[in-house]
Parts: sequence; C-alpha cells; structure tokens
Amino acid sequence: MTVTASPAVGKETPPGATGPAPRRRTGRVRRIALPYLLLLPALLLELLVHLVPMVIGIVMSFKELTQFYIRDWGAAPWTAFDNYSLSVDFDAPIGKALLHSFFVTCAFTVLSVGLCWLLGTTAAVYMQENFRGRGFLRAVFLVPYALPVYAAVITWAFMFQRDNGLVNHVLHDQLGLTDSPSFWLIGDNSFVALLVVSVWKGWPFAFLIVMAGLQNIPKELYEAAAIDGAGLLQQLRRITLPSLRPVNQVLVLVLFLWTFNDFNTPYVLFGKSAPEAADLISIHIYQASFVTWNFGTGSAMSVLLLLFLLVVTGAYLALTSRGRRAADV
Amino acid sequence: MSRTLTATRRSPMAAPRSFVWSRRIFLTLLTGFVLLPVYVMLSSSLKPLEDVSGKFRWWPSGLTIRPYIDIWSTVPLAKYFLNSLIVAGAATVCSVVIAIFAAYGVSRYRFRGKRLFTVTVLSTQMFPGILFLLPLFLIYVNIGNSTGIALFGSRLGLILTYLTFSLPFSIWMLIGYFESVPRDLDEAAMVDGCGPLGALFRVVVPAAVPGIVAVAVYAFMTAWGEVLFASVMTNDTTRTLAIGLQGYATQNDVYWNQVMAASLVVSVPVVAGFLLLQRYLVAGLTAGAVK
Repeated sequence: MTVTASPAVGKETPPGATGPAPRRRTGRVRRIALPYLLLLPALLLELLVHLVPMVIGIVMSFKELTQFYIRDWGAAPWTAFDNYSLSVDFDAPIGKALLHSFFVTCAFTVLSVGLCWLLGTTAAVYMQENFRGRGFLRAVFLVPYALPVYAAVITWAFMFQRDNGLVNHVLHDQLGLTDSPSFWLIGDNSFVALLVVSVWKGWPFAFLIVMAGLQNIPKELYEAAAIDGAGLLQQLRRITLPSLRPVNQVLVLVLFLWTFNDFNTPYVLFGKSAPEAADLISIHIYQASFVTWNFGTGSAMSVLLLLFLLVVTGAYLALTSRGRRAADV
Repeated sequence: MSRTLTATRRSPMAAPRSFVWSRRIFLTLLTGFVLLPVYVMLSSSLKPLEDVSGKFRWWPSGLTIRPYIDIWSTVPLAKYFLNSLIVAGAATVCSVVIAIFAAYGVSRYRFRGKRLFTVTVLSTQMFPGILFLLPLFLIYVNIGNSTGIALFGSRLGLILTYLTFSLPFSIWMLIGYFESVPRDLDEAAMVDGCGPLGALFRVVVPAAVPGIVAVAVYAFMTAWGEVLFASVMTNDTTRTLAIGLQGYATQNDVYWNQVMAASLVVSVPVVAGFLLLQRYLVAGLTAGAVK
C-alpha cells in the first residue's frame, strides 16, 4: 500500500527549552529518544514475529531439517542448495507437484482477483447514486467480509456436499442439469468450488475500496460531461474508470497478495490435503512441511514463493507507476 | 455525489430506464449470492438431523432448537469460545495500545529511520504466512525449552502472533487519523504542562476515537478469524474456534445442523460488532487506500 511520508514538523521550540541548563540536556536526550521509545514495542514485536523468523526461514532452507532436529534446529546438517534443487527439479515428483501447485495458484488468483474486482466495481458504480435501500444493501454486502472465514467456508463446504448439499440439489434434482450428483470437494470440480467461495469472500473488499474511491471524484466532472452530452457508459469510461486508477493500483495488488497467499479458504474447505485441482501453494507448502515433517524443503519453497511475490510486486509497481506518470504528463 | 446523479437523472439526459432495471437485476442477483450461505446457515441450524443428512431441503420439515443445545456438548465449544475471546481480546487491546504509541511517534516526530520503519512494518503485510509459520514454530519451541516461557501451544504465543498481524495496518490507519488532529492542540496541552504522553492521551487519543474504534474492530476480526497459526500453535486446552469448529466435521457422523448452529453462534459477536461499528471501520479502512 502507499506509504505517505508525512512531513512531520520538528518541534523547534519545545516547552522545556526555557528551563534551567541541566534539565535542558536531559530534555533534549529525551526528545531524541522519545520517538524511538514510542516505536520500540511495535518494532520488537515485528522483529520477533516477522523479521527474525524470515531470516531464520532463509537459513532453514539451507538445512536438512527433519523431525529429528526440531528440538535443536541448529544441529541440523547443512545441505547447501539441496532443498532448492529438490523443489525445482520439475522431473521428480516433489518439483513436479510444486510446479503444478504454482500453476493452479496462478490460474486461481487471476480468476479470483478479476471476478472480485469486476463484481466490486460494478456494484459500487451501480450504488454510486442514492436510491431507497442503498444503506441496507451496503451492510448486506459487507456480511461476507465480516463473517469469520471458517464459519463462512464451512457453510460453503456443507452446500457443496455431494449427497446433502444445496448445490447438487439445485443443479441435479431441481434443474436436472447433471446426470448424477457431482463431487465438488474432490476431483476437478474442486477448483470451481474454491473459486466460488473465494470470490464470495473477497469481492466485498473491492466493493468497499471502490466505493470510497468514487466519493473522491468531483461531481463537477459528471455535470460537465452530462452537459456535453456524454451518456452513462461514456461517463463511466471517461471519468469513473480513469479516476479510479490510483485506487485500483493498490486494490489489485492487495487482492493479488491475499489471494495468492490464501490458506484459510482451502484449508477449511478441503482439510489438511487439498485435491490436486485446487492445491494452492500455501496449503501445498504446509502439507510438505507439517505432514511430511520436512521443514527444510518447506522453507526453501516458502523462500521461492517470497522471491516470486517480490518480483511480481516490484514489476507491477514499476509498470503501473510508469503508466501513471505517463498519463499525468 | 449522489445528489448530482439524481439531478442528472431528472435532467433531459436522465439515467435511462434500462440503467435502473439493469441495476435492479444485478443487485438482486448479487444479494442472492451473498445471502445464500447465510440462509443455509440459519435454516439448517434449526433443522432436525434427518433434514441435513438426507437430500437438501430448502425448508425444514420441523423447526427445532436442539442443535443450539447440543453444540455445547458435542465438542467443548464453550472452552474454544473462551479461548478465542481471551486471545482475540488480549491481542486487540495490546495491538491498539502499541499502535497508538507507534502512530504518535511517526506522526509527531521527525527522526532518523522513520521511512525505513513505516516501509518495513507495512511490507511485513505482504509476506506469506506460511513463510514465517515454520520458523516461528521453531522459535517458540526453542524459547520454551531454554527459558521455560511457554509460547508454543499457549494462549500467550497466539496473542503475540495475532497482535502483530493487525499491527501494521493499525499503525498505518492511526497515523492518518493522528495527522488530522491539529498539532496546535497537543502543543497547547504541552504549554499547559502536559508531557508528550499527557498530550497524547488527553488530547490526541480523545480526538481520534473513531479511528481507534476502527482499529480495534479490525484487530479483533483478524484475531477471531485466523486459521493457519491456530492450526499449528494450539493444543487441546488452548484450541480456538477456528480449529475447534472442525470438531463436528471429523466425527463419523457429521452433525451439519450443529455445525451450522455453531458457525452462527461464533459469527454473531463479530458480525454484530462489525455492523454496529461499520461506519468507523469503513472510513478508516478506506482513508488510507484512497490517499
């Protein structure tokens, strides 16, 4: 997300400056130390839970860390790049499965982010104008966002049950679209099931952000366009969408990162091991680490995942920012 | 905004009827999609077991509140509930307090490493959880072995972990709110004899209450809904709802009516809180992204 560095005004004349000399000195030390003290708790916790583990994770990826070394992971033998070569040896089963999982995740992410964005933007644009029930609908649309992931996804898992689920009841019993009730949570259909749940859960966030973005578009633009005879579609194409560009830049990136890293949805929907067609990368690595107790390989895969995300994010930001600058000129 | 478009609609170039109709159809379908699981959850939770083990029924053959009684004995739901409440509550309080200090530091002082701090903290948001799950697991196990402070499997470990999840976003949101509080106010407070912390708690915090509420709701929702770390870092006594709820589904018989009743019960606190405080959260969530 964009970090707006605030021009914090340094306080030139603090109240302590008029005090006697010795107090002034401690006052100055305190003034320099204070911001750091204020940040210290946050910094320490981020170090403990995110940054140090990340470094350790990178170290672990160069070790042969199986369950025998968990109590004393420092004693695990070094393996140089073995874990990496194992992960990217696409002819061997482990590498092949990882590559497959990567492609599944890419396809899933593109579709899910695209659909979330489309639904969110369409709904937000339709609701730009006030009408009766708009506030109520907005609250309804935020329900998937507010529901705890596991409660919502477990409900979907029920709906996708083969014998007693709603989906098969509607598709097979009521509409007669399928010859026999299909399996949704195993086999190829599981990809569709995962996508539906992911879109259901993810689109309200897009809706929320786009709605806020729409409020910042000056209404004079629409008035001027209407006077010039622009229709609704033209207003959408010439005013709404271009004005939303900076919002979309952030929104798509955030949706991408969330969806690509999503663990909760497949974990609750399928359990510890996802079907092959819906084997998202997070759950794949989880499985590789905790089910087979091979932390070294799991870490190598996680590092590869992080590198991939860094490259994509960097490229995305470079591309979209250049596009924005060019548009501004 | 809305007023303009209403005005345009009444003008000769009014929004065509087709627009109104397409809006009606689209929003109706979308509402159906959104509420379908909510309906299934609610109706199934009131059905007798036969209704949910056989073919799906849109309407229960008879209404019963038995599932709502049975959920507490099939799995120790009350214990999970309490665990979730303690973990999410403590994580929220700590996260909000820490975020208030950090955001005040960033918004009111100029110091070396400020940009580095904000960028680092925010970029931790982008790491895949799975990347630091394994190392964190090892760190907690090893801290436990060497110091005796049980972090792995304990509520404390989970609280520490969860509070850092909401911290980056909370700090970022609060910086925005604090910056909208005029600096003259805290300077006036300091002239009146408050220290910097006095100014923070007597002037800045009261002025930023909506932002703080938003941050608290966000932090609570994050902790209440987390699954990945809960699946690894809890044991039988510290299990939270995120994992405990799957207890109904791993039995030989899946009591779907109870699963739905339990899902509904665990959702009520967050959904109610969210809908009540929605206004604050929506404003807070979007303030940053739109900037």
